[in-house]
Amino acid sequence: MNRNIMKLGVVLVVLYVALFAKLNWIQVVDKNSLDTNPMNTAQVRRDFNRARGSIISADGAVIAQSIANPDTSSEFKRMRVYPEGELFGQTTGYFSFRYGSSGLEKQYNDELSGSTFDQQVKSFGDLFVARENVGNVSISLRKDIQETARQQLGDREGSVVALDPRTGAILGFWSWPSYDPNTVSSLDKSISEASWKLLNAAPGVPMRAHFYQDRYFPGSTFKVVTAGVGLQTGKVTNTEPSYPFMTGYTPQGTNKPIMNFGGETCGGTLPEILRVSCNSSFAEMGAETIGPVDMVAGAGSFGFNSTVPIDMPEPAKSVFPTNVGNNQPKLAMSSIGQNDVQATPLQMAMVAGGVANGGVIMKPHLLSEVRNVQGDVVSTYSPSKWLTPMSSTAASTLFDDMVGVVKGGTATGMAIQGCTVGGKTGTAQLGTEPPKSHTWIMGFAGPPGKPPTVAVAVVVLNQSGGSEATGGRVAAPIAKAVLQTALAAQGGC
Amino acid sequence: MTRRRNTELGLMLMTVVIVCAAYVLASLGSESRIPANIIPFLVAVIALFMGAHFAVRKLAPGADPILLPTVTLLNGLGYVVIAGLNEKLAAAQATWTAIGIVAFVLTLWWVKRPRDLERYRYTFALVGIGLLLLPLVPGLGYDAGSGSTIWVKLGPISFQPGEVAKVALAIFFAAYLADQRELIATSQWKIGPIRLPHPKYLGPVLIAWGVTLLVMFYQKDLGSSLLFFALFLVMIWVATQRTSFLVIGGGLFAAGAFFAWRTLDHVKVRVDIWLDPWKTPSGNGYQIIQGMFAMAFGGLTGTGLGRGGDTRIPAAENDFIFAVIAEELGLVGGSLIIIAYLLVIGSGLRIAAATDQVFDKLLATGFTLLLGLQAFIIVAGVLRLLPLTGVALPFISYGGSSLVMNYVILALLLRISDQTSKRAMNRAAAEVAA
Repeated sequence: MNRNIMKLGVVLVVLYVALFAKLNWIQVVDKNSLDTNPMNTAQVRRDFNRARGSIISADGAVIAQSIANPDTSSEFKRMRVYPEGELFGQTTGYFSFRYGSSGLEKQYNDELSGSTFDQQVKSFGDLFVARENVGNVSISLRKDIQETARQQLGDREGSVVALDPRTGAILGFWSWPSYDPNTVSSLDKSISEASWKLLNAAPGVPMRAHFYQDRYFPGSTFKVVTAGVGLQTGKVTNTEPSYPFMTGYTPQGTNKPIMNFGGETCGGTLPEILRVSCNSSFAEMGAETIGPVDMVAGAGSFGFNSTVPIDMPEPAKSVFPTNVGNNQPKLAMSSIGQNDVQATPLQMAMVAGGVANGGVIMKPHLLSEVRNVQGDVVSTYSPSKWLTPMSSTAASTLFDDMVGVVKGGTATGMAIQGCTVGGKTGTAQLGTEPPKSHTWIMGFAGPPGKPPTVAVAVVVLNQSGGSEATGGRVAAPIAKAVLQTALAAQGGC
Repeated sequence: MTRRRNTELGLMLMTVVIVCAAYVLASLGSESRIPANIIPFLVAVIALFMGAHFAVRKLAPGADPILLPTVTLLNGLGYVVIAGLNEKLAAAQATWTAIGIVAFVLTLWWVKRPRDLERYRYTFALVGIGLLLLPLVPGLGYDAGSGSTIWVKLGPISFQPGEVAKVALAIFFAAYLADQRELIATSQWKIGPIRLPHPKYLGPVLIAWGVTLLVMFYQKDLGSSLLFFALFLVMIWVATQRTSFLVIGGGLFAAGAFFAWRTLDHVKVRVDIWLDPWKTPSGNGYQIIQGMFAMAFGGLTGTGLGRGGDTRIPAAENDFIFAVIAEELGLVGGSLIIIAYLLVIGSGLRIAAATDQVFDKLLATGFTLLLGLQAFIIVAGVLRLLPLTGVALPFISYGGSSLVMNYVILALLLRISDQTSKRAMNRAAAEVAA
C-alpha cells in the first residue's frame, strides 16, 4: 500500500507544480496584458482611495479636485469632482472607478497621486508625518479663453485651439459636443454606468477630445503648408513664379480641371494667390513647381504623418498621402487640402504657430508646473522645439503674406484694431447636396512689430454653403474673439 | 518524543510571530496605524495556538511536529486577509477558529485510538448520508447565494453539514476497505473479458458513494462531488492496489463529466466560463476575470497586506481568497501558500506510510487527500486551470463548518502519527528488555 501512497504523493506534487506554473503565468508572464486591459480598474481603484492633487487652470480656476465623500458610510473616503464641468471635460478627462481614467487625469496620474520619483524622493523626510504627498498640476489652459470659445462656437459642432507659438503652451482647447466628467466619475454605480452608456451613444462622440483626436479635411488652410514648402525649397518666392490667370487647372493624366470657387478667374504671385485663395494656382504649385518628393517631405516637416508629442493620451495623426508617386491629379488635389489630406485642429494651429514663430514649431503642451501640498514647485515644464519646417526668412515671407490675407483677403473678419493679425480661411466641401462644408480659419496675432503671441485654429463642421467666403464668415468671428481674449490676458497688443 | 514537541514549539513561536507581524502590517497598509486591538489579538493568538500546542504535548506527544505549525500559518494568514476585507467576518472567523481549536483538543482527548472509530463505521456512514440530506429538508436548507443548496439553518446558527459528512464518510470508507480489501482485491466477477471485483464486497461502499454523489450533484455542489469521487477512487486504489479501479473510475468520471457538460446548464456555464471568461466579462466571467486582474496587479511581490482588499471579487473572503492573497503578497505569497499545502500533504502521507495499521493508513491517506485535493480544486479554479467549482480553501477561507472539521481532521492525523511512534517506542523497549 505504501507504494501507492507514494505514487499519490507524486501525483499531488505534480498537480501543485501545475498551480505554481499557472500562478507564474498570471502574475509574471501575462501581467502586463492583464494590467493594461481596458476592463481592469485595479490601478484606478487603488488610486481612488488615496489622496489626489488638483488640476488648476492658468488663470487659477480649479478644474479637477478630490473632496471628502459626503457619504461617510461609503467604502470610498474621497470623490473626484470637476467644478467647471464640460468646460474642461475633454482636457481633464474622467477619473472613474468603473471606467479607468482619460485625458490629463491619465497623463499626469503619477504626478497627481504623488508617485513620481521626484515626489517620492522629496517627500522622504515626511515618512512619519501625516502629510499627503500629492501633486497639484497647473496647466496652461485659461478659463476665460475656454469660455469665449464655448460662447462663440455655441451649439455648432467644431473645435477651437489657441496656443502660444513661442512656447507651444496650449491656451484654449475647446470643442463641441463636450461632456461633463462628473457623472462618469461618480461613485454611484448606476449614475456612472448610465452616463457612460449615454455618452457613448451620443451623436458627435462627446467624450473624444475632437481638437486633437479627430481629423478633418483642412481645405484651403492647407495652402499655407504648400506655400511654406515652396518658400523653404526656394522653388517659390513672393515674385516667382507668377501663375496664369484661369478658372481651373487641369493636371496631367486627367481631363477634369480643378476649378476655382464659383468658377472665378485668378492667378499671379504668392501674396496675391494666397490672399484670394486661388485653387488653380496652388494646385499647379504643388503638382508642378514643387513636385511629389518635396511636397510629401515638406508636409512631413510641418508634422503631418507624425505623432504629435503633446502631453495628452492618444493624439490623432494628421495625414498627407505618401503614395502620390507620379499621380499628378492626386498631388494637385492634396496641395489644396483635398483628396486624402486630413488634419487635426491642433495641427493647423501649429502650422500657423510655426509661421508666427520664425519657422519653428514648439512641442505643444498643457503642463506648466507641479507643486506639492506645501506649495513648493516639484517640477516645471520647459519648452522645447519640435519641428523646424522653414527658415526664418521663408517664415517671415509667409508671415507677411498671411497678414495680407487678413488685411485685404478672405480673412478680413479676423482683423483686430491695433494688432498685427495674419490668417487663412478654408472651406472643405463635403460633396453633399445641398452643399455642406467644414469651415476653417487659422492664424496668429500679436503686438505690431513683435513676434505674435497667440496662434489659433477654428473648424466649424457641416456648415451650409460651399464658397470660400463661408470659412471667413463662419469661423473668423470665433477666431477673432478667442484671439482678443488671449491677447487681453497677455496684456494686449 | 519531547524533541518532536520542541521542534513544534519552535515552529509555532515563529508562526505566531509571522501572523502577528502580518496583522500589524495589514493594518498599517490599509489604515496607516497600528491596530487598536493589537494586545487582545496577541493574547488571543498566543492563547489559542499555544493552547493547541500544549494540548498536543500532553495528549499526543509523539505526533508529527510539522502539521500544526503549518496549519497555524494558513489559518493565521487567512484571518489577516479576511480582516482586511471585512471586520465583521473577521470577528466571526476568530470565533470559529477558537471553536475549531476546541474541537481539535476535544478530538485528541476523546479519540485515544483510531481503532475506536473503526467500530462505528456504519454509524458514520448513516450520519454522513443523513447530514448530506439535511439541506434538502424543507425549511432547514437554503442557498447562501452560491447556487448550491448546501446550507442548513438551525435557529441562529448556519452550517454546512456536508463538511461534517465528508469526514464521517471518509472514516466509513477507510474502515470498510480496511476490513474487506482482501476480498475486494481477490474476488472476480467476469463480464465478458472484463474482470471486476464482486459487487457483494463492494456493495456498501458503492451505495454510500453513489448516494453521496447523487445528493451533492442534486445540490449542485460540483466541487464536493469531484472531491468525493476522487477520494473514493484513490482510497479503494490504495487499499486494493488494483490499478484497474483507477482506469475504470477515471473513464466513468470522464463520461459523467462529458454528459453533465452536455445536459446540465449549471455545469455548462462553469465550463464555458473556464474556456473563455472574456465572452461575458461583466456577467458570468466577472468573478474569474476580476480575480485574474487582482493577481496580475499583485505581480511578483504583491501590493502589500491590507493594500489589495479587492472587494470587487465576489466571494473574495471565501472561494476567491487565494486571489486576494496573491494580490497582496504577490507570487511570493501565493507560492508560500502552495508550499504550505505541499507540507501538509507531505506530512499527511508520511503519517499514512509510517503506520502499520491498515485502517489508520487508509484514514490518513483519505484525510490528506481531502485537504490537499480540496485546496488544489479551488486554487486551480481561481487560476483557471480547471473549471471553477466553489469549495473552501482549507484553513484559509472564511467559513465555520469547514474550519472546525479541518481541525478535527488535523487532530485525527496527529493521533494516528502519535500512535505510530508510541508503537515504535514500545517495540524498541521490548527489544531492549529481550
